[in-house]
Order: sequence, then structure tokens, then C-alpha cells
Amino acid sequence: MSEFLVHDLKDTVGVAVVDIRAGQTVSGRALDGKEARGVKALENIPLGHKIALRDFQPGDTVIKYGEDIGRVVQPIRAGQHVHVHNLKTKRW
Amino acid sequence: MEDHTFQGFRRANGAVGIRNHVVILPVDDISNAAAESVARIIQGTLALPHAYGRLQFGEDLELFFRTLIGTGANPNVAAAVVIGIEPGWTEQIVNGIAQTGKPVAGFAIERHGDLKTIEAAARKAMELAQWASEQQRETCRLEELYVSTKCGESDTTTGLASCPTVGNVFDWLVERGATTSFGETSELTGGEHLVKQRAATPEAAEAFMRTWTAYDEFIKRHKTNDLSESQPTKGNIRGGLTTIEEKALGNIQKIGKKAKFVGVLKPAEAAPGKGLWFMDTSSAAAEALTLWAASGAALHLFPTGQGNVVGHPILPVIKLSGNPLTCATMSEHIDLDVSGILTGDLTLEAAGAKLRELMVRTANGRLTAAEVLGHREFVPTKLYRSA
Repeated sequence: MSEFLVHDLKDTVGVAVVDIRAGQTVSGRALDGKEARGVKALENIPLGHKIALRDFQPGDTVIKYGEDIGRVVQPIRAGQHVHVHNLKTKRW
Repeated sequence: MEDHTFQGFRRANGAVGIRNHVVILPVDDISNAAAESVARIIQGTLALPHAYGRLQFGEDLELFFRTLIGTGANPNVAAAVVIGIEPGWTEQIVNGIAQTGKPVAGFAIERHGDLKTIEAAARKAMELAQWASEQQRETCRLEELYVSTKCGESDTTTGLASCPTVGNVFDWLVERGATTSFGETSELTGGEHLVKQRAATPEAAEAFMRTWTAYDEFIKRHKTNDLSESQPTKGNIRGGLTTIEEKALGNIQKIGKKAKFVGVLKPAEAAPGKGLWFMDTSSAAAEALTLWAASGAALHLFPTGQGNVVGHPILPVIKLSGNPLTCATMSEHIDLDVSGILTGDLTLEAAGAKLRELMVRTANGRLTAAEVLGHREFVPTKLYRSA
């Protein structure tokens, strides 16, 4: 079983479908069954939370559902937790 | 082979209902006491107390009348007793409901007092409750129902599992000629370009963008921060959702992959025909459910991630969740567990079929979790201060 899912193979974050532990190498798949790239978790990622699938710099856009879900405000390394501390809305 | 027929109530105006309520509808806040007294005396009736109905004006008053008339007109309602402080607005609501051809009577409190009003209204309510109890269910098809959807306390699992399951069913329903509706105007922010592409006509696309832009401007006018305390909610954030864009992209999975929306409804406006409709609603669950019930929806599909417990007095709400933690810790609120989609044990097609089966059972009379738990949130939307 995969530890994370992506909506679209273009996504730069995955959604943990189990509680992921720091140090674990995790694999993912897209909803249509296609395999997504694997990554080593650098932090604990609770079920439902996002794991970075690549490195990001402040100002970068995060892609989920193949779409823009906001801008990065802190550097993020692949395998880190992506959430309100490092990703903000571009809208409000 | 799935069976998509059920035993429902075909009302005088042809609309199909799945419940047979006799409602005691107060016109205004100060008539709640009388309405609740009648419902206490007469078994088989249901009072719908609410906080508004005095000194409203303009567009807000129009929405209020649409909400009350629409609620009485809903096909899940067999008959209605309306109680207001004064006869003018009471009669206006009675006349609106009467257009459906269902039995309805109004009572005004002024020049009678609560006690005489309660007696007269209770005698009428008794007659209507006995009449309603003899209404027979007949064979109807699932696609004859008007089905609405909105999600609540969403998280990343709603976008992965429960919302796409509803989307699968919405595609199925629209293909067969059902009336369906989605809304949550503010919660489409970040996905509005995708919703626009799903309009059946350029007019529908333009009407949608006008409605969405007006709501977005309203939020920007009144906001005091980036709304990170409200949208996404604390529950959304706990569940892993970070931005309104991410929330919106999960939200719109509910409209499926194929169906195009044919037009835009004002809040609480009746759907004038078949197909998928966008309704301008708040994203707050009880308000939105109340608007869809007033629009005539007979069944509501409600994906939840972190576990919103909302219900409505006359609109049965089927809750589904793909979050295994929520399904385990709040099982009494969840009608359908679709967490198997996350683990790869359940396909979207199979989840859609399970939801349709549960819709048939619910339409046949099976009580939803929210009904059994007594969730009867009736919350009319108020647009601005009263005069």
C-alpha cells in the first residue's frame, strides 16, 4: 500500500494516507493507480497532511490537483511537512 | 444489478418527496413559542423555530419569504400550519405554499393571543396530521428526486474520497435527467476558473462568474485578516487543508467529471428545470442546507472530513467520509464510510454504487444519522440588518 496519494502526477505535494514517520522512505500513487515518485520523509506527517515531493523556495507555487494551491513563504525541502507555517493563500 | 426505484410521496404538483412532515412554521421569532406549543400537543407535527421575520426589507425580505414559502412547499412536507404575529405576512406565506396544491392554513396571534391561537392552530394541525398519515408512498425513480450537495469540515480526504464519490453519483443522476444543485460560492475560490469551464452555456458561465465575483468582493470588503481563522476553518487545518484554493479544489470534486451546470439560482430559488444548477449560498452548513430545502431539494449528500454533524428538519442529509479516524471516532454521524478509497480497497465506481444504494434506502424511509440524532438545524440566511 502507498503511504501517500497525489491527485495528478504534476502535483508537487502528496497527501499522507497513513501517519508517516520521519526517516521513513514513502511511496505514492495517483488516484488512477499510476505510481508517483517516492521520497524520504524528513518530519512526521500526520494522516491527511501534505508531504513535499520537491524542494521549494519562498515565492514558489505549490501544485495539487494539477492546480495552484498557494505560495511558499518558508524554504521547504522534499520530505518536509507542507502546511500553514510554510504555505499561504494567494487570494485573501 | 442496482435497483434505483423507491417508494416515495408524489405531491399534487408532481414533485417527489421522501418524508411526510406536517410542519408548524412560525413567520417570525416571536411566534416560535406558539408554533412549538402546537407541535408539542399534536403528535406527527414538527415546529421549525428560527430567529428572523421582523422588520426585514428589500432583497433580505424577498430571500426570507422565498425561504419560508420554499420550506413549506418542499415535497418532503405533506402539509403546513403557518403562525405569525400579524395576518399580512402570515397570509403571504400561506398563499405561497398553497400554490403547490398541498393543504396549508395560517393563524395570526394579534387580537387573539397565544392561547387562542394555539388552540385553533392545533385543531387544524390535528386534522392535517391525520390526513398526512393516510398519504401513500408510490414507486418513484431515484432520478426523480432533486438532490443537493455541500461538504463540511472538509479535509484532504474529502477531496480524495467523499467528494469524488458524490461527483460520481452526480454524473450518474444528471445523465438520467435528475435535478441536482451545488453552491458554496465562497468555497469555490481558487477553483472558480474550473467551475466556469463546466457551464453548459456562455450565459451560465457569465452568471456564475458574476455571482462568484460579487461574493469575493463582499469578503474582501469585510475581511480584517487573511481569513485564516475562518476559511479554511480550524477543523479544515487540523485535517491538513492549508489554503482556500486547496479547499475549493477538493470541494468541486462533488460536481463530478462530466455534468455541465445549466444555470445559476438565487439563494433559496426553486430549480426551474432538470440538470445541474449552481446556487449562490454561504458555505456555512446549516444556512446552506436551509437554502436548498427551500429550493425544493428532497435529499442532500454531505461529504465530511473532520466530522460536521449538521442536519436539517425536513431535508435528510446523508453523510459520507473518507477519513478513517473520523469514521472510527464519530461513527454515529457517518452514514457511509468511503475510506477504502484511500487504501485502494474501494474504487470510485464501487463507492458511487454504495452511495446510490444508501440513497434508495434513505428515500424508502431509512432514517439518516442526523435524523436519528435529532439534528434539525433550520437557519434562514439573513443578508443585512433589519430596518
